[in-house]
Amino acid sequence: MTEQFEPVIIGFTCNWCSYRAADLAGTARIKYPPNIRLIRLMCSGRLDPTFVLQALASGADGVMITGCHPGECHYLEQNYKAMRRFLLLRRMLTQMGIEPQRVKLVWASAAEGARLAQEITAMVEEVRALGPLNWGKVEVPAFSPHPSSLKEEVPA
Amino acid sequence: MSENGSKPKFAMYWAAACGGCEIAVLNIHEKILDVDANFEIVFWPVAMDAKYKDVEAMPDGSILLTLFNGAIRNSENEAIARLLRRKSQILVAFGSCACQGGLPSLANLGTSQALFDAAYDGPSTDNPQGVRPQPQWAAPEGQLHIPEFYPAVKTLNQVVPVDYYMPGCPPESPQIAAVIDLVLQVLGGKAALPPPGAVIGAGDSTVCDECKRARNEKKITQFVRIQDVQPDPALCLLEQGLLCNGPATRSGCGALCPMAGALCVGCYGPAEGVLDYGARLMTAVASVIDSTNPAEIERILDGIPDPAGAFYRFNMGGSLLRAGRLPRKSKVAHEP
Amino acid sequence: MAERIGVYVCHCGSNIAGVVDVVQVAQWAAGRLKHRGVIIARDYKFMCSSLGQELIEQDIKELGLTRVVVAACSPHLHEQTFRNACARAGLNPYLCELVSIREQVSWVHTDKVAATEKAKAVTSGGVERVLWDEPLEPLRVPIHPATLVVGGGIAGIQAALEIADGGHRVYLVEREPSIGGHMAQFDKTFPTLDCAACILTPKMVSVGMHPNITMMTWSEVEKVEGYVGNFTVTVRQKARCVKTDLCTGCGVCEEKCPKKVVDNVFEAGLGYRKAIYTPFAQAVPKYPVIDRENCTYFQKGTCKACEKFCPTGAIDFSQQDELITLQVGNIVLATGFDLFDSRRIPQYGYGRLANVFTSLEFERMCNAAGPTNGNVVLRDGLTAPKTVGIIHCVGSRDKNFNNYCSAICCMQSLKFAHIVKERTGAEVYNFYIDMRTAAKAYDEFDQRVRDEGTHVIRGRAAEVTDAARMPGEEGKLIIQAEDTLIGRQRRIPVDMVLLAAGLEPRRDAKQTAQLFGLSCSADGWFIEKHPKLDPVATMTEGIFIAGCVQGPKDIPNSVVQGAAAAARVQGRIQQKEISLEPVRASINEHRCSGCRICNNLCPFNAILFHDDRMVSEINPALCQGCGTCVAACPAGAISGTVFSNEQILAQIQGLLMLNLNGGRVEELVAA
Repeated sequence: MTEQFEPVIIGFTCNWCSYRAADLAGTARIKYPPNIRLIRLMCSGRLDPTFVLQALASGADGVMITGCHPGECHYLEQNYKAMRRFLLLRRMLTQMGIEPQRVKLVWASAAEGARLAQEITAMVEEVRALGPLNWGKVEVPAFSPHPSSLKEEVPA
Repeated sequence: MSENGSKPKFAMYWAAACGGCEIAVLNIHEKILDVDANFEIVFWPVAMDAKYKDVEAMPDGSILLTLFNGAIRNSENEAIARLLRRKSQILVAFGSCACQGGLPSLANLGTSQALFDAAYDGPSTDNPQGVRPQPQWAAPEGQLHIPEFYPAVKTLNQVVPVDYYMPGCPPESPQIAAVIDLVLQVLGGKAALPPPGAVIGAGDSTVCDECKRARNEKKITQFVRIQDVQPDPALCLLEQGLLCNGPATRSGCGALCPMAGALCVGCYGPAEGVLDYGARLMTAVASVIDSTNPAEIERILDGIPDPAGAFYRFNMGGSLLRAGRLPRKSKVAHEP
Repeated sequence: MAERIGVYVCHCGSNIAGVVDVVQVAQWAAGRLKHRGVIIARDYKFMCSSLGQELIEQDIKELGLTRVVVAACSPHLHEQTFRNACARAGLNPYLCELVSIREQVSWVHTDKVAATEKAKAVTSGGVERVLWDEPLEPLRVPIHPATLVVGGGIAGIQAALEIADGGHRVYLVEREPSIGGHMAQFDKTFPTLDCAACILTPKMVSVGMHPNITMMTWSEVEKVEGYVGNFTVTVRQKARCVKTDLCTGCGVCEEKCPKKVVDNVFEAGLGYRKAIYTPFAQAVPKYPVIDRENCTYFQKGTCKACEKFCPTGAIDFSQQDELITLQVGNIVLATGFDLFDSRRIPQYGYGRLANVFTSLEFERMCNAAGPTNGNVVLRDGLTAPKTVGIIHCVGSRDKNFNNYCSAICCMQSLKFAHIVKERTGAEVYNFYIDMRTAAKAYDEFDQRVRDEGTHVIRGRAAEVTDAARMPGEEGKLIIQAEDTLIGRQRRIPVDMVLLAAGLEPRRDAKQTAQLFGLSCSADGWFIEKHPKLDPVATMTEGIFIAGCVQGPKDIPNSVVQGAAAAARVQGRIQQKEISLEPVRASINEHRCSGCRICNNLCPFNAILFHDDRMVSEINPALCQGCGTCVAACPAGAISGTVFSNEQILAQIQGLLMLNLNGGRVEELVAA
């Protein structure tokens, strides 16, 4: 039985633009593959590279970072900070053996539901073609999502 | 805590590390006499003769305090880590390598094959027969074994539970002395142990907290390497485009390196509660790049030729992506 | 204490349940997420209904829920609904998570199995996130009672008057020398054909005289700082070169000014004005402005005719632009539209064929106070046309230009047909795609114009040409179009062509949007908070939109929006304070090393550095909650509420369903 590989992509969205673009894609019933799972942030500037690393380390095959177009940030200029972090992160991920196509930065305004859907569709196909993120020697860090167990979980 | 009136037992072990941690302990000078006066040293290969089998023969939990330095590079490191964990009441990950993998864990960026190629076949190696380490070898005297070389370097807490972490490459001697004092006070009933899992012998903030260099709002227009510039002796090094790791590195060293004009290299590891050291450093540095133009940003980033090395120099073993854990059996992303 | 989580999966009728197996999702959550603290999981037809909300309230009270996850629609729609339900039952509203399985799952996916699996993952992400939610209180900020209205067209005028009538201060900023906007240029207004000036000028005068309105014409907003309740706005008052305290508006200066300039703004290029001018006779305020670029004195250094003749000495050539700072609590944007430039459709010949006019030119032509004194004449200024063609949808409903319908052009074109007939008795041909007359008394007007003998041809005009091919076409403009009702090509020779040009966003709409922190649609119209239920609010709290800035609309609708925006603003002022989402960052001073990485990252200057203590601090009143500093702090010393690291990291692991077989799960059950 040959089963098509279904990648899982974590998407980070900005409350003001891309999350609304996702809402708009929904309202307009624009279809895209179910492989993406979105997380809402207030701004792409909130995107801590740790989130990307955590997603990749936890089994995601790709990460899509989305924000307002340059010059259109709800908080004036914070998306530029996201862009700087992304450009540096991408260089580092390449050194760590993660294909650059697995982590993407996409600008999508609140009006661009169709464009966001297109970008998601394209990225899912791209990551599908790459195959699962091959961790080789690396295992997912232990699951640590409860306040009471945090202390033990954070390595010094 | 002592049994039958005898002195509590102390052990120290050196796994995949350079030996600097051992020297740092001796560098506490006369305080070492307090250790000898208050502890019975039962196992410390660098300081005294001892055999693994002697430790194996001890009852479980019979050692009060073990300082374990070095990362887990091979099966021997792991076996001794497990052994000492069993025998010790308090196991301390001592030094950067035990805490975060240290420099040896930079090897996690490549394969063990690549490492062997570099070590046994490099331009500075004279190895005409192409000898490579073999796990087993039939010598005339019998079968010889050497420990299994792991595909990735692990931190101590990736193989056994750890009670306390004491970072640094090496931990600063005054901090070691202070920790020894604390332990003695605990033994004397005058102080309580810190909560399990705590980082000891270090501060709560980051290196900048102890650094006296003047600081301004940061705007980086280029990254330079320290060998290429004459840094301003009084100004924050990062502001001068030098990739100082101080902002992200736990305090406790007294900001020795930046105060002496050298870059902080991050040996004290991440601050409290930080999941991934390199990510914190990277996001901070990227955030203050002074450009909104992608091409310009890329040009500025060219000034960091080896980002992974620069951001994880002492912390790759504890990183989210290159932690030295065993291979996963299967992905869990899909629920059947 | 172990958390007790309730999970509620909404059917949304068939909106969600038609694609996602909601029953299965609820059962799955109850079973597989039990060890995470889920003690009850229900599915329900409409969670947002009062019965759905009561379900949650009842469970909080009877089962002692400590956290709530609702899997339904977008948080932008109903987050508040479910938070309120929790609050009514005594649970802190910020311990409730709404995850979207409608906009992000059922509406965008077709594979029912995959959609159901994704819905589970999304729910799981919500459950992990909710575990880290903290009880919070909304932030309360006072509302400054003054309001800024930007744009003095009919929408802005309406908004300003209503707010001012309510007893509150309004600053009305207009960039032209007079308020009035496009409506002041019109002659008649459809469908009642009352004269635009007759109904508009009294309102303009009211604005000018209103004790609560500070009118700032010949001014533009330069900077907007702050946030809802407390904006600081910098307005550039351009130098008028006329002292308004001395000017009586007598008009002598204008009369004596030797420099004539084509008036491309008010007269739409059809007439002239002077270098010192008021755009039209009933302008409010009555004071003229000097157009420095065309003033002989400013260009050549001599003249000063206006100064010589001014009886009150009101001319002041040395006046400089002034920057004025205003404090306001709310802002209404009513910056209007620009007309589609008909030159962009060369086959219609505008700018090349003399007797092709735009709609705005024709408005001025038939206006009794306009350049032709209301006479409908050809470009020669004398000849009345015998036949007139009116082309609808110029630049609208056209993939090459604007896809949207400009909403006003059908009625405007019918109005033109009526005016042409009334004034000249000419034959009139209207070329339309669809006749859109859907409002009170609009279709009746269409009937009336047809009864008057106007020919209506259903078909988009292909071309306007002066190349005669048939007898009778010589010296005429020929409109070529397919009459789609009879399925034939037709060529109609006419003397005059009117182009019903569409409406477009202002050329500088993007800059305006940036200035005020709003977003534009792909077309460039400002986006309202909700297209149906919140049409004049925007995503930016405290900023409202009215009139054509939001999309093409006619005068009645612009007035409605102006009034609606005013009502919203007055409601805000009346409340005296507003509750804001408590999304804020704060610095743990003990952990802050004073590295100053964050200092430069805040565009709202909320981060202060204390030199004495060498630590940074965030001013919660200025923080807008974007979280950029949280993500940048190298020491992890900055934390953010509602979007904390813990919440997001947990949500990631929940979405990836690591909570199902991760190592720590068993321990947590025990804990």
